[in-house]
Amino acid sequence: MAKTRAKDVWIMGIWKENPVIIQVLGICSALAVTNRMDNALIMGVGLIFVTAFSELTVSLLRMHTPKHIRMMVQVLIISAFVIIVDIYLKAYLPNASKALGPYVGLIITNCIIMGRCEVFAQKNKPAISFLDGIFNGIGYTLVLMVVAFARELLGFGTFFGIPVMGEGWMNWVIMIMPPGAFFMLALVVWGVNTLREKREISERAGEVKAR
Amino acid sequence: MNGLNPFVLFAASIFTSNMILANFLGMCSFIAVSKDIKTSLGLGQAVTFVLTFTTVINYLLYRHVLVPMNLEYLRYIVFIISIAAFVQLVEMIVERHLPILHHALGIFLPLITVNCAILGVSLFMVIRKYSLIQSVAFGFGSGVGWTMAIVALAGLKKRLNESRVPKGLKGAGITLIITGLMALGFMGFSGMVQIS
Repeated sequence: MAKTRAKDVWIMGIWKENPVIIQVLGICSALAVTNRMDNALIMGVGLIFVTAFSELTVSLLRMHTPKHIRMMVQVLIISAFVIIVDIYLKAYLPNASKALGPYVGLIITNCIIMGRCEVFAQKNKPAISFLDGIFNGIGYTLVLMVVAFARELLGFGTFFGIPVMGEGWMNWVIMIMPPGAFFMLALVVWGVNTLREKREISERAGEVKAR
Repeated sequence: MNGLNPFVLFAASIFTSNMILANFLGMCSFIAVSKDIKTSLGLGQAVTFVLTFTTVINYLLYRHVLVPMNLEYLRYIVFIISIAAFVQLVEMIVERHLPILHHALGIFLPLITVNCAILGVSLFMVIRKYSLIQSVAFGFGSGVGWTMAIVALAGLKKRLNESRVPKGLKGAGITLIITGLMALGFMGFSGMVQIS
């Protein structure tokens, strides 16, 4: 995987190796912030920013970082970018900052970022690492948005805060409580896995025919 | 924020606001490590131990160093460094002086630095403005609650080996559903105490 091209990076990040669904990383925040779509979107954008710039920085410094302290260096780089996100949210989006609470800070321990820095940015050039960060972040955000869409629609009867389900709609309170998050994410994982399996089978069948 | 009794806080952090089942913290190792009961118990003990002490250390650092110097915004960096340093220190001490304990906890300690429950508890402590004693109760209780949840899940997963799970749900999917059911059960406690 020494020479990964930009074209491969985006398929890997969003679909083939989606950080949440395939690698089961970063589940904590995927569950915690998905009760409303706006929260999920802000969290996703924050994560894209942090992942992309952390990977860029790690990649720029990769020749100068001693091997045995690289984890510590990575954590410090990530923390610095998380602080930027936190201060920005506090200043411009105080409501969202309050709603997300400690989960903004917990981006630091989000395994996606550490994982990508360690696996990808340590071995690749800065530009491609930056792209990898962006697409992994988008992959994460997409999953968050799907889960948040279903939870907000069923739990509050709204879409981005706009009521869409009509007058007679009864809110499914369970969807905004913790168990709803677990069930919803499990359903998404199930759906995607089944879809992938079907596609793989049909791809294999296509190969056989081509022979 | 409040004069909540530390004992109440302790019970609440185990049952009503369990780290995993209500706050979704520490999920990564929760899903990855919960294969058998013994390993889960080992990890749970290590987490409880580190959690209790890092909460105290971070409390002191925050109250007596960061707040007087108006550097609250540096708390993420300071907390994560103090957690990493504490874990490293414990590992060295345990390795040298307590070989039995090292045998039991050794492999889990390095994993703990990136366990979001540890950082999460410190951040909750700051946001909810707990006092020192409350922080100790909260940290210890969260650790116990985390241990309980992961041991329970490990027990359930053992049964799962013999049952037929739909193909796409295997692995992470079914674990999430089980955890969801556990969370549903724990919601039954929610009338007891309310924190946060």
